[in-house]
Amino acid sequence: MTKLNSKIPEGPLAQKWSLYKQNAKLVNPANKKKLDIIVVGTGLAGASAASALGELGYNVKNFCYQDSPRRAHSVAAQGGINAAKNYRNDGDSIYRLFYDMIKGGDYRAREANVYRIAEVSNDVIDHFTAMGVPFARDYGGGLDNRSFGGVQVSRTFYAKGQTGQQCLLGTYATLNRQVSKGTVTMYSRREVQDIVIVDGRARGVIVRNLITGEIERHSAHAVVLATGGYGTIYYLSTLAVNSNASAAWKAHKKGAYFANPSFVQIHPTSIPQLNDYQSKLTLMSESLRNDGRIWVPKTKNDKRHPNEIPEEERDYYLERRYPAFGNLVPRDVASRAAKERCDTGYGVGSTGLAVYLDFKDAINKQGKKAIEHKYGNLFELYHIITGIDPYVEPMRIYPAGHYTMGGLWVDYELQTTIPGLFAIGESNFSDHGANRLGASSLMQTSGDGYFILPYTISNYLADQIRIPHIPTDAPEFEEAEKVVKERIEKLLAIKGKQTATSFHKRLGRIMWDYCGMSRNEEGLKKAFGLVKELEQEFWKDLAIPGDEKNINQELEKAGRVADYFELAELMITDALNRKESCGAHFREEYQTPEGEALRNDDEYMYVAAWEYAGKSKEPTLHKEKLEYKFVEVKVRSYK
Amino acid sequence: MSKKYYSSLTKKYIMSFLGLFLMTFLLVHLSINLLLIVDDSRELFNEAAHFMGTNIFIQVFQWVLFSAFAVHILVGVILQIQNWMARPKGYARRVGAEESIFSRYMIYTGAIIFIFLVIHLADFFANKMIGDVPEITSGNLAGMEDMGLLVMEKFKMGGYVLFYVIIFLFLGFHLDHAFQSAFQSLGLNHPKYTPFIKGLGHFMAIVLTVGFISIPIIIYFFK
Amino acid sequence: MKVKLKIWRQENAEAKGSFQTYTFDKVAPEMSFLEMMDAFNTQLITEGKEPVAFDHDCREGICGACSMYINGHPHGPVSGITTCHLSMRHFKDGETITVEPWRAKAFPVIKDLIVDRSAFDQIQIAGGFISMNVGGAPEANSIPVKVKNADEAFDSSVCIGCGACVAACKNASAMLFVSAKVSQFALLPQGRVEAKERVEKMVAKMDDLGFGNCTNTYACEAECPKDISITNIARMNREFFSAKVS
Repeated sequence: MTKLNSKIPEGPLAQKWSLYKQNAKLVNPANKKKLDIIVVGTGLAGASAASALGELGYNVKNFCYQDSPRRAHSVAAQGGINAAKNYRNDGDSIYRLFYDMIKGGDYRAREANVYRIAEVSNDVIDHFTAMGVPFARDYGGGLDNRSFGGVQVSRTFYAKGQTGQQCLLGTYATLNRQVSKGTVTMYSRREVQDIVIVDGRARGVIVRNLITGEIERHSAHAVVLATGGYGTIYYLSTLAVNSNASAAWKAHKKGAYFANPSFVQIHPTSIPQLNDYQSKLTLMSESLRNDGRIWVPKTKNDKRHPNEIPEEERDYYLERRYPAFGNLVPRDVASRAAKERCDTGYGVGSTGLAVYLDFKDAINKQGKKAIEHKYGNLFELYHIITGIDPYVEPMRIYPAGHYTMGGLWVDYELQTTIPGLFAIGESNFSDHGANRLGASSLMQTSGDGYFILPYTISNYLADQIRIPHIPTDAPEFEEAEKVVKERIEKLLAIKGKQTATSFHKRLGRIMWDYCGMSRNEEGLKKAFGLVKELEQEFWKDLAIPGDEKNINQELEKAGRVADYFELAELMITDALNRKESCGAHFREEYQTPEGEALRNDDEYMYVAAWEYAGKSKEPTLHKEKLEYKFVEVKVRSYK
Repeated sequence: MSKKYYSSLTKKYIMSFLGLFLMTFLLVHLSINLLLIVDDSRELFNEAAHFMGTNIFIQVFQWVLFSAFAVHILVGVILQIQNWMARPKGYARRVGAEESIFSRYMIYTGAIIFIFLVIHLADFFANKMIGDVPEITSGNLAGMEDMGLLVMEKFKMGGYVLFYVIIFLFLGFHLDHAFQSAFQSLGLNHPKYTPFIKGLGHFMAIVLTVGFISIPIIIYFFK
Repeated sequence: MKVKLKIWRQENAEAKGSFQTYTFDKVAPEMSFLEMMDAFNTQLITEGKEPVAFDHDCREGICGACSMYINGHPHGPVSGITTCHLSMRHFKDGETITVEPWRAKAFPVIKDLIVDRSAFDQIQIAGGFISMNVGGAPEANSIPVKVKNADEAFDSSVCIGCGACVAACKNASAMLFVSAKVSQFALLPQGRVEAKERVEKMVAKMDDLGFGNCTNTYACEAECPKDISITNIARMNREFFSAKVS
């Protein structure tokens, strides 16, 4: 078994990043112009990386499948972005933020990486503020904060319920500035089909122009993937419906290890599924749990209108089970608790798969106006979608697939196991362990892109200055393009009867039922077989009208679903392998008598990094042992 | 005057400045016309007309006024052509969400006013040129042109009155949108004052329209 | 529920395109408009026909991708929402629904209901940013901002760049979009530094791209899914004026 080298710098925790920066190699400005970098994705990670690298003077090519970089799904993040500013004087610090993330991630994240992201969090806020991101302010003119699940301080900066939109549009603006200067070239409506490896290093990508259907080759000295998570593997999720894992999966197949694929966060407060046609679940920000109280009726199958159920017949189960954190327990805990209530028959709504999130007390205490000021747009959104006015009647919520902690394995430099291939933001696995705390994904993506990658990629590129522009007529590009074209032809040649979406729905159902909020060995094994069967059916009976020489949205979907089958198998394999419950990964066989997650630190305190071994071959497991030198490993308790 | 030389916003400023200026002219014009109603002897009106026709300052200013009309019309036409060009293919079904119906048809109401303007000026100057204007026979203005009588005679013709009333209704439509629009184009929009400006705009449009229309109607029916 | 769909079909940017009318009877009132289109496309695919191409992504009203002109309105007849939030309960059984792409010279149709909105990107590239390098920012709280300004800047900044304002305007003017970005930065001290250059460059680009002129009809505000106010346009008019005279 190869030993994974995480390249964590020596030295005390708080100085590791400074020491790294001091010793990292630099590229002089004249040489930067000669170096090309490909960045895939224009979300907060991709756009911030592309713009920061452009500012440094590199030649950046930035790709996105949307018509404009501004549409990347970071735009939909609602609640906020964390930073250890301690503006509230409530005991926050870089260490505290680091500690909360390590604990929130259930001791399955790498200490050095997490400390570093906590360290740069303050720079991120400074930068966004200077960029004109209109964060909420208090009357003195300073920035306002609110609290978020899983922590006891108020460190979350926010712009109403649209923080992600504001951060992304701010970053889109920095990206545009570089486009205007010519350092970044934007390629929109392009989807990456493969990563090109030349002499063991990532040297380019093959993309499909989604308008003309043309297959294009692009080369560079380094490739950065900022392609987000794979939550749409469940079909219904809070992600954009076109979000996909294809680029990351192609990288995996070319040699990048995939870490902890089974660590998927199920967000506790989404609008429940209302019908079978539904294509999407809409999130209701976790910040709502600051003022909303979650409950179900104390009697099973209580069909009364929520407003008619008296106080004493309501079970505020989170407050009951977790008195210290109450409604503010981390997402995994809240999600599982909701599932438990619904599975035992206390669920509400027509499907019985929902719990109440009630603002009655908050409205009585603070007034409707205050609540409207804080959550007005979310309430409105809820009203539009469900037709129910949450000022009058409690919201109905249910957990939904949301964020993938798992992703491409990266070392401290955010480099995958393929030299020259970097992965940032949600597409890597690094900072959230087995569960992500609220408002830390905006922090991580922008920290990665603005403040970390520019240093680490320069350290890599310093050795590459003598390499001229990579020619795209190299045999490796030729070969990669051939494979891409063959796959497209193969998909189009099936000419079956079922749509890609119908397969996606069925795959999603299998994954949600057996590899979702709680898992067990029997179910996972069953799911593995079901996925395999479905995949075979897919390759026999898929229907794609039209050809590849035009916009063909069905072909796009089919390619993504085809990759999801393979990733699903890896997720299941990983979930089977991890015989413990930790964070969002809950194995029913491993729980305390009270139903809480039971970790097995002796055997599973490692990152499971999977190496692709070929189609339908058992992937190889590489273990990166996690060492906790600066925090004491404890049982995660929110009681 | 393509976009290259003047930005769309500059053109809008020109439209607004001149539009507001032309509105003040209309107010002056209306107040002079009303003299015909208040003074049956037409003396006040004729005196004012005489002053307007002979005062050197007014004579010069007349050209400023003509240029204002010309530029307002020219820029308006250019803007409209650009606007048509901005949507070469229209919708099969469109339900406009414009705040006021009048805002949709400014170019058309403007064109109607322009046609009237041409007829009005041609009428006025033609009469003057040919010397077809009756003379005032008595009083201290004796010997001068009796412009008031000319107007009175015109307003005794039913067809002309109807034509005049219709034209001024269109002027009213034009002004109703124009007034607040000019303020908006000049950047003068404020939550406190804009409702007042909008109200004032409707009021002005009504005052000018009713004012102008009332004159032929009163003359036709009551004088 | 059964509806008649009159949809603009166009093979590609060069093709002429025309309306096609279809009957679709698998409509449920709880579907969103896009879910209805999904279901309709599934029917087309099973019939061996090409599905209708349309832009969409987040389906929660924030990415700005969806862009259908439905029954005479951008994003359909219900105000304050995007197409993805439009529910089929707002339509009657048997109704004919006309679906068209955004129409503007600056937004050419690429296929069916998909238009090219890169003109919006170009306007932003012309100057819709604050030129601050990474690492150069001062401590966030060293720039105090009045709550009123921060709130107003936020209200301007929620624009999703969908293009409904252009689609709605009888002149295909982009003033609401451009002014929202100009306003956001004009209202914040951070943005004042480059305010003059920004408004001049963005307006010049907007004019270059062939958008129409604003005639203050306010249709943009009425149809904007994010309720961006026309006071932004007035503010841009002021900003541009003072930039030109200073």
